[in-house]
Amino acid sequence: MTHFLNTYLPNVVANWEGDNGFVVAIQQTLYMTFVSAIFAGIIGIILGILLVVTTDDGITPHKVFYTTLDKLVNLFRSIPFIILLAVIGPFTKLIVGQTIGPTGALVPLVIGTAPFFARQVQLALVEVDQGVIEAAEAMGLSPIQIIFRVYLKEGLPELIRSGTLTTISLIGLTAMAGAVGGGGLGNMAISVGYQRFENDVTIVSMLLILVLVFVIQGLGDFAVRKLEH
Amino acid sequence: MVEKNGIVQLKNIDVTFHNEGKTIEAVKDVSINVQKGDVFGVIGYSGAGKSTLVRVINLLQKPTAGEVIVNDQKLTELSAKDLRKARKNIGMIFQHFNLMRSLTVFGNVAFPLRDSKLSKQARKDKVNNLLELVGLSDRANNYPSQLSGGQKQRVAIARALASDPEILISDEATSALDPKTTTEILSLLGRLNKELGITIVIITHEMDAIKQICNRVAVMEEGKLIEEGDLLTIFANPKRKLTKDFVNTSTQISNVLDEVKESGIIDSISGHLVELNFMGDVTNEPIIIELYKKFNIEANILFSNIERLQGTTVGIMLFDLEGEQNKIDKAIQYLTDLKINVKEIDLKESEGK
Repeated sequence: MTHFLNTYLPNVVANWEGDNGFVVAIQQTLYMTFVSAIFAGIIGIILGILLVVTTDDGITPHKVFYTTLDKLVNLFRSIPFIILLAVIGPFTKLIVGQTIGPTGALVPLVIGTAPFFARQVQLALVEVDQGVIEAAEAMGLSPIQIIFRVYLKEGLPELIRSGTLTTISLIGLTAMAGAVGGGGLGNMAISVGYQRFENDVTIVSMLLILVLVFVIQGLGDFAVRKLEH
Repeated sequence: MVEKNGIVQLKNIDVTFHNEGKTIEAVKDVSINVQKGDVFGVIGYSGAGKSTLVRVINLLQKPTAGEVIVNDQKLTELSAKDLRKARKNIGMIFQHFNLMRSLTVFGNVAFPLRDSKLSKQARKDKVNNLLELVGLSDRANNYPSQLSGGQKQRVAIARALASDPEILISDEATSALDPKTTTEILSLLGRLNKELGITIVIITHEMDAIKQICNRVAVMEEGKLIEEGDLLTIFANPKRKLTKDFVNTSTQISNVLDEVKESGIIDSISGHLVELNFMGDVTNEPIIIELYKKFNIEANILFSNIERLQGTTVGIMLFDLEGEQNKIDKAIQYLTDLKINVKEIDLKESEGK
């Protein structure tokens, strides 16, 4: 086994441990993915709910608010992530105190992901049967109760599906952030594997990212299956 | 007739929609007064505004003008919070059931009880009692997707009853169901009306549904209320054309008339076709024999439909009378004296229309 690894993946073995090794890179990728997923998830759900309830036939319509939020979400979704990374540098520094490293990548990752997820949440919740919302209103539920007891409950399978999709695209973004100083497997693949012509490092980085994607997809599908009736 | 103030009073309701520059008057100056214990039916074709009208009762639809008074409370003047409280007293069931997919049958019925002060056990008992009332005790742990349409509507009824409402609104609740299930759901509603004393407002486009359980009927056309009254009066003596259409569809007489006209029978009969409408005790008279004995007229029954509405017999018959003209006139007078509503049908005229 060791012989096999040393023969075919010499650079991977050489780069496995240490400050810039694979172990650290995996930890950094997981850290960037899950911390930003949590923040982007919370922001996205709040924004998505606001979009759904303030739209014209929502439960608390508010044209000006809806239009403004809708435009903002579109605006932020339109900025290419690699440019966003650079543009919001000062803001990042203000929030987390640094612009490089996995923590420095968190702010752009959240800002790059939240609007996308907000749109996904909106689409998921719009799918909730309007008749059920009406029934809840007829039962005397308040808008807040309708959000928590009907929208989030009935929309949960669809929300998890969107969450899975968003997390997977977030992993893609962590790789990109990694390449410009964020660390993690993306950084490993580019600054070690690509730039030093250590192809085995690039391939193993990619495979590790794929494993992460499959695990998340599998968990998401499992949860949806459990929840759908 | 002076009516006392009902449990549901809609006064001069207007509902106007503005849609892309177009103005649609869905409901125009409609007033209804539903008494406690009534099963009040609103009938009309789709687009007549009846659904909009009933949704005004719990203010799911805000009226453009007019007053909504439920249980002596002016709903239109309540704060959002008080309105929500008032809505708990008005149960509602829908054409598409509107159950929560993510909850079991039990969960759906328990849903309105989330904020009630009942203990956990009391809540459980209540839900189980409601499920028993609608005949679904064995389905408590199923999800709505595992139920048939009729069963889903029963769950919806149990859910609507969970907050002990005094009023139940049925918005086309049987329109998505087959005829047998429709009858079952309607008789369940009728039973609830009798056993719980709950006031029911149903809207439908089927006269049969109205006939089965309503004691009062309102007919809507193009946003207006065109005729209103108790079921027997409307059924035996409809005034407006649309009302007549609904009654005729329900008794099937229009089909029979069409068939009589199309088939060859017309030529063979002397052409004296009369339609008889009657109510109550008349049905005990052996009129066919009397017609023969008194006037030497042979009455040939082409169609007959006799049913019990609200415990009263209501009948409609189509006779072909054969005999001398002056005797026929006398016979018609005789029938009229028996309080039978006689209408002579001119075949040629109706053929030409």
